[in-house]
Amino acid sequence: MTGPFLLLHPNDNVLVARALAPEGLEVALEGGTVRLSRPIPMAHKIARHAIDEGTRILKYGMPIGIATQAIAAGEHVHVHNIRSAYTATHVLQDADGVSAGVSQ
Amino acid sequence: MISGYLRADGRKGIRNTVVVAYLVECAHFVASKIVAGFDGEDVQLIGFPGCFPNEYAAQMMERLCTHPNVGAVLFVSLGCESFDKVRVSNVVSESGRPVKTLVIQKAGGTAGTVQAGRDWVRATLDQIAKAPRAAMGVDELIIGTVCGGSDGTSGISGNPAAGKAFDLLVGEGAACIFEETGELIGCEEIMAERAITPELGQALRESVQKAERYYATLGYGSFAAGNAAGGLSTIEEKSLGAYVKSGDSPISGLIKPGDVPPRGGLYLMDVVPDGEVRFGFPNISDNAEIVEMIASGAHLTLFVTGRGSVVGSAISPVIKICANPDTYRALEGDMDVNAGDIIEGKRSIEAVGQEIRDLVVAVASGAQTKSEALGHREFILTYKSFEPIGPACLPASA
Repeated sequence: MTGPFLLLHPNDNVLVARALAPEGLEVALEGGTVRLSRPIPMAHKIARHAIDEGTRILKYGMPIGIATQAIAAGEHVHVHNIRSAYTATHVLQDADGVSAGVSQ
Repeated sequence: MISGYLRADGRKGIRNTVVVAYLVECAHFVASKIVAGFDGEDVQLIGFPGCFPNEYAAQMMERLCTHPNVGAVLFVSLGCESFDKVRVSNVVSESGRPVKTLVIQKAGGTAGTVQAGRDWVRATLDQIAKAPRAAMGVDELIIGTVCGGSDGTSGISGNPAAGKAFDLLVGEGAACIFEETGELIGCEEIMAERAITPELGQALRESVQKAERYYATLGYGSFAAGNAAGGLSTIEEKSLGAYVKSGDSPISGLIKPGDVPPRGGLYLMDVVPDGEVRFGFPNISDNAEIVEMIASGAHLTLFVTGRGSVVGSAISPVIKICANPDTYRALEGDMDVNAGDIIEGKRSIEAVGQEIRDLVVAVASGAQTKSEALGHREFILTYKSFEPIGPACLPASA
């Protein structure tokens, strides 16, 4: 599989960008094609399908956090809409995942 | 076959380093001036900055100064610090290594100590060049792994490749150490199932629970801002990515910094202090973890990075595995292995794992890593406190 996004485990509800995916890119998901509303940097995640608030986020088939709001299919999944079930994540100004440090 | 340096205790090293160790920050500058006189030769600086005594630091210094990669040790003391320089010097002397202690207050201050130190190191380099050599198998190697500057690629490419290399090395009889229980939060149950005994499994579980309590008290997880910029959202996401660098081998034991694995196999190092939170964060930066694995005998360390760390280490070489193909292109001069090929679909995890395994043997045979050739010799040792490991932690070979 050499598409722009990787499915790491069949149970996952997120996909991982294998390279920077530009804003407006059309991505074919099981539920239909979505258009990215913002660029997704390499190794960031998008929702594989719509995710309800309070749902466990699965990556590698394992829980990596909990949705703090409803997330639409194809939306960026990151510190702005999921939280740790353990220790809160410390971030700088990039609450939405964007900062000068994001690899382009 | 690797040609090792045979030490009097029977252990074998892959380097033959003269270590210059300051015993308090007040002696750091003088020790560094001594080392600066030997550019291009294998003379390295380590030390402990604190003036207050600490049993952990004392034991770490003893282990580090009798590491098989070390051929001789020069201690540099100011004179009034609390570090027990007689005890550590005796330990090194009993190991059969040349050792000397210079006390700045009695050796003519800065200039006199620098001159005396350089004279001793010069003579000692000539002396240890004749250290006996002996054939060394992969089954005599101890290899550590850390990840630092992690991003979302680390868990997809670099760490799985390091895990594959660990599987190959454990299969050949090497002892492999993975670490940072604070970065295994969320993995404790799946990890416990890999222990060779149920009692060890419980000890593994408890070590992660201890880390979780410790970090909760501190208010931060083992998670830097750059981890989030690189696509990691939570500590458990980072943990799952970090966990895969342990590979698939059964877990043979749980050790603490300075405990040397008794035989080949895969070991978890518990780096979180015991007791109440006292001295701050368990490991304030990646090199603290590398130093602890070296104290447990690691001949070299596999360092997986996504964002791009450039560090090496004193005493034991660091092999830098770059998980992110963009970072590899930006920092190629610092990276030994491009695991980013996996992300780009150019090579398999198995192929990169085999490259890492082969590089381990090449570096053990004398090839320099990128960080070694660039002169990186980072070192950090801070205050900690540990209880000895429990009886379940090192089961007799199963």
